[in-house]
Amino acid sequence: MGVEQTLGNNVITTSLDKLVNWSRAKSLWPMTFGLACCAIEMMATGAARFDLDRLGVLFRASPRQADVIIIAGTVTKKMLPVIKIVYEQMPEPKYVIAMGACACSGGIFDTYSTVQGIDEALPVDVYIPGCPPRPEGLLYGIGKLQEKIMNERNSFGAAIGVGDRINA
Amino acid sequence: MSEHAAVAKLNEKFAGAVLAAVDFRGETTVTVKKEEIVAIAAFLKEELGYNFLCDLCGVDYLGQSPRFMVVYNLYNISAKDRLRVKVPVAENDPRVDTVSGVWATANWHERECWDLMGIDFTNHPDLRRILMPADWEGHPLRKDYPLQGPDREPYQGRLS
Repeated sequence: MGVEQTLGNNVITTSLDKLVNWSRAKSLWPMTFGLACCAIEMMATGAARFDLDRLGVLFRASPRQADVIIIAGTVTKKMLPVIKIVYEQMPEPKYVIAMGACACSGGIFDTYSTVQGIDEALPVDVYIPGCPPRPEGLLYGIGKLQEKIMNERNSFGAAIGVGDRINA
Repeated sequence: MSEHAAVAKLNEKFAGAVLAAVDFRGETTVTVKKEEIVAIAAFLKEELGYNFLCDLCGVDYLGQSPRFMVVYNLYNISAKDRLRVKVPVAENDPRVDTVSGVWATANWHERECWDLMGIDFTNHPDLRRILMPADWEGHPLRKDYPLQGPDREPYQGRLS
């Protein structure tokens, strides 16, 4: 009786998976990490005009606080070990967005020094084409990643150590 | 030959070592023998005042002999005067004495030249790779280096 009185009509029911997914999707913290000209568009997306903060996307300066790494630019073979170290320092669950033609496929840099797509090294969740993509493109890609997170199953179970997350 | 004052002094002091001197659009280029390059560099710096090495680079004239050329772009800061010195380097003996003892900035320039062109600078204090990863094999700016790397099939054009 007391509970009904206190909560009144303000009770919603949901699954724990959905709650976990919702909290993850609405507070995607990317690693502050830019490689080339795509990083300029990424900064523009974070700044006042496009304002990633309103989506709960706050750039973090440490991989240990980041949920997603946006590979914004050309990945050279010399840079690849650095990116791997940064990625490995991120806590699970972690996501990767390949932003721009270079991160997706090497782009115009079909040369000895360039990694032909970051998916050779990291598991990419969202590919954003463009050279560089407009901020709208990055916003759309982040939206797609949020959709993907919302569709994950057993995310609560995986968080307490029962089974694995399943990508729907 | 050139009308540049430094060329006359070089001809006087290193008579046998100056191979050519060309004036083109206000730029003077002197080609010298590589055996004399350290002595000539020291002379240019100490006596003629070329106290700034703007750039040091390698050129690959694939198909010609000698194949390589090392180019020293010099600047005299107080006289505002430029001079370019070139040294031909043969393919079968790609070695030049280092000038990092004359201009300290040559240290990193020569590392870059060795890294990308494979021209060995003898007596260099620290000849390591500077741009490519430390475990890289080969010298990618050479004209006969495959553009997409040695471990990939060369690009054949669009297949569709």
